[in-house]
Amino acid sequence: MTKTSFRLALTGLAAGLSLAAMQPAAQAAEAGPKPPALSWSFAGPFGKFDRAQLQRGFKVYKEVCASCHGANLVRFRNLSQPGGPEFTPGQVAALAATYQIKDGPNDQGEMFERPGRAADAFPSPFPNEQAARAAQGGAYPPDFSVLAKARTYTRGFPTFIFDIFTQYQEQGPDYIHALLMGYEEPPAGVTLLPGQNYNKYMPGHLIAMPKPISDGQVEYPKGPDGKSPVPETVDQYSRDVAAFMVWMAEPHLEARKRLGMQVMIFLVIFAGLLYYTKKKVWSRMPDGSPAH
Amino acid sequence: MSGHSSYVPKTGIERWLDARLPIIRLTHDSAVSYPVPRNLNYLWTFGGILVFMLVAQIVTGIILVMHYTPHASMAFNSVEHIMRDVNYGWLLRYLHANGASMFFVAVYVHIFRGLYYGSYKAPREVLWILGVVIFLLMMAAAFMGYVLPWGQMSFWGATVITNLFSALPVIGETIVTFLWGGYSVDNPTLNRFFSLHYLLPFMIFGVVVLHIWALHVVGQNNPTGVEVKNVEKDTVPFTPYATVKDVFGMVVFMIVFSWFVFYQPNFMGHADNYIMANPAATPAHIVPEWYFLPFYAILRAIPDKLGGVIAMGSAIVVLAFLPWIDTSKVRSMSYRPIARQLFWAFLVVCIGLGYLGAMPAEGGYVIASQIFTVLYFGYFVALFVVGLFERPKTLPTSIADSVLASAKGGSAARMATATAAEPNVKG
Repeated sequence: MTKTSFRLALTGLAAGLSLAAMQPAAQAAEAGPKPPALSWSFAGPFGKFDRAQLQRGFKVYKEVCASCHGANLVRFRNLSQPGGPEFTPGQVAALAATYQIKDGPNDQGEMFERPGRAADAFPSPFPNEQAARAAQGGAYPPDFSVLAKARTYTRGFPTFIFDIFTQYQEQGPDYIHALLMGYEEPPAGVTLLPGQNYNKYMPGHLIAMPKPISDGQVEYPKGPDGKSPVPETVDQYSRDVAAFMVWMAEPHLEARKRLGMQVMIFLVIFAGLLYYTKKKVWSRMPDGSPAH
Repeated sequence: MSGHSSYVPKTGIERWLDARLPIIRLTHDSAVSYPVPRNLNYLWTFGGILVFMLVAQIVTGIILVMHYTPHASMAFNSVEHIMRDVNYGWLLRYLHANGASMFFVAVYVHIFRGLYYGSYKAPREVLWILGVVIFLLMMAAAFMGYVLPWGQMSFWGATVITNLFSALPVIGETIVTFLWGGYSVDNPTLNRFFSLHYLLPFMIFGVVVLHIWALHVVGQNNPTGVEVKNVEKDTVPFTPYATVKDVFGMVVFMIVFSWFVFYQPNFMGHADNYIMANPAATPAHIVPEWYFLPFYAILRAIPDKLGGVIAMGSAIVVLAFLPWIDTSKVRSMSYRPIARQLFWAFLVVCIGLGYLGAMPAEGGYVIASQIFTVLYFGYFVALFVVGLFERPKTLPTSIADSVLASAKGGSAARMATATAAEPNVKG
């Protein structure tokens, strides 16, 4: 079979729903420039999230992104669990209570609204996908829960082989940061349709989301000198929200890397002991002859 | 090679059981006293590694099923539930997902070891064919398992692969409908794949038992390819010699496995599979898992759907006929100067096909895939022809001699044994 004829058949399935095709595909054919690789605190074998960064990232998410993007797999209680932003349970309960959650039916068979609890998931900004599309000019803002793992860019040969040894796996946050930084005027010859924006890093460069955030938009907690310890810039917001999205997508990352180190140390020592055991066993053949 | 049983029941209970169900005798004969060639290298530890991987996949899989929901609208989120809320669920799932990849790493090493040392040749034909059957079952199990998280690549991979059957004349469309349980990949497809994904590992387990049984009848091949002549001199008992070596190999393999599980858990997956399946949006590139890429490249190299499916199927099935395709009587390629170069070329071709399978099917990539497909099948033709005229190097008289010769390190010893070697076997 030819790939082309098959692709045609597949595209046929999608033909009636071209709006859905506006969803950014993770590995589109026309890749833009490669997102710059940033230095992340959670990279590498000893990687840990920066609590302050996650808390700032959450603030950016809550005040900016959450108006369009849901995170329906993340629960308020996750915000206080170890290895995350580690808000206190009290802060989380207070935060959850500021949301109204639809619940029910009650004994009268009525649905009702109640203040949120720590066990609730983040409420979605739209009741359903159709409502989101209707509000967003046809585009569907993707859910953030696992988005940091669902976005990548092509590493290419031989880089992807080196990645095994360097443990580089931060394509998602690098891409998200680059995307938020990548809004620019379209080059000559590119005409934008209504609802389209130009982004350097978006595959195909056309993105439905307008530039979502600008410098100074989110106020960060102040340090002792009355100023935010980190700059309130799009660059910093993007780093912080990308880190927060990695935590949302991989809430047990710290536990995984910590356990990984313990397992590795055990296995390396065990392998060493086995190696010498093997040498000892093989130093004597049953018939007394040399092994090698 | 299975000789007289050396098991002596020591206690009354053992004697009583041995007269009724000699299961301890069976275990003793196959895992303790079983003679293995003393010159096996570390490539021979991959059989044990594969057994370990199969058991690991079954154990992690059974626990994952306790938390997984096989339904088109719930499967994706139930996998995320495992990743987020189940205690050590992330570990189970990453072990299982990366375990599939590591299973294939090990099986490819195992297959290429067999190819290099001629392990498929008489009297090991049935052993080899059972191995090809296991390989096919593994591919089916891995493919169906990849569908279960119901991400974009799950869905579209399932669509592409099941659609291949529609290339078959007359019955094709019926088969596809039957596989789908409807007219497109949907919930019925997910349900039957889940059911079969649970079944196949136990079928693999059954064929593995036959594979090991056949192995214990004919005995292991070894790096010289020379059969065991004197059990006393050429072999060592499985325990402790092979046991300790296999366990060491396994633990080293576990280090590599753990590297991916704990540090690079998504390296071998696709980012698109973290997007829930959407029949209305096709991913830009539909790429199968890495272990299918060489076959995928062959499939796409043929500019005809049915032709591509036949070529891809043949690329696997041809392995089963290898015992009769390879005309040389000499097993180990260490003693076959021409075939050895063919082998390395074949390995490069397979890796090349894997790379091409990951590239878009356009322009130069298609032409390269076609050339490499011809080279892939060319290996089998060449092996047939080369065996007819190749003059192999002198084989050692026995395993013990080859070991002792290399122990002395001198070529003198090798020369001495060479003079006593059996008459040059037809190449």
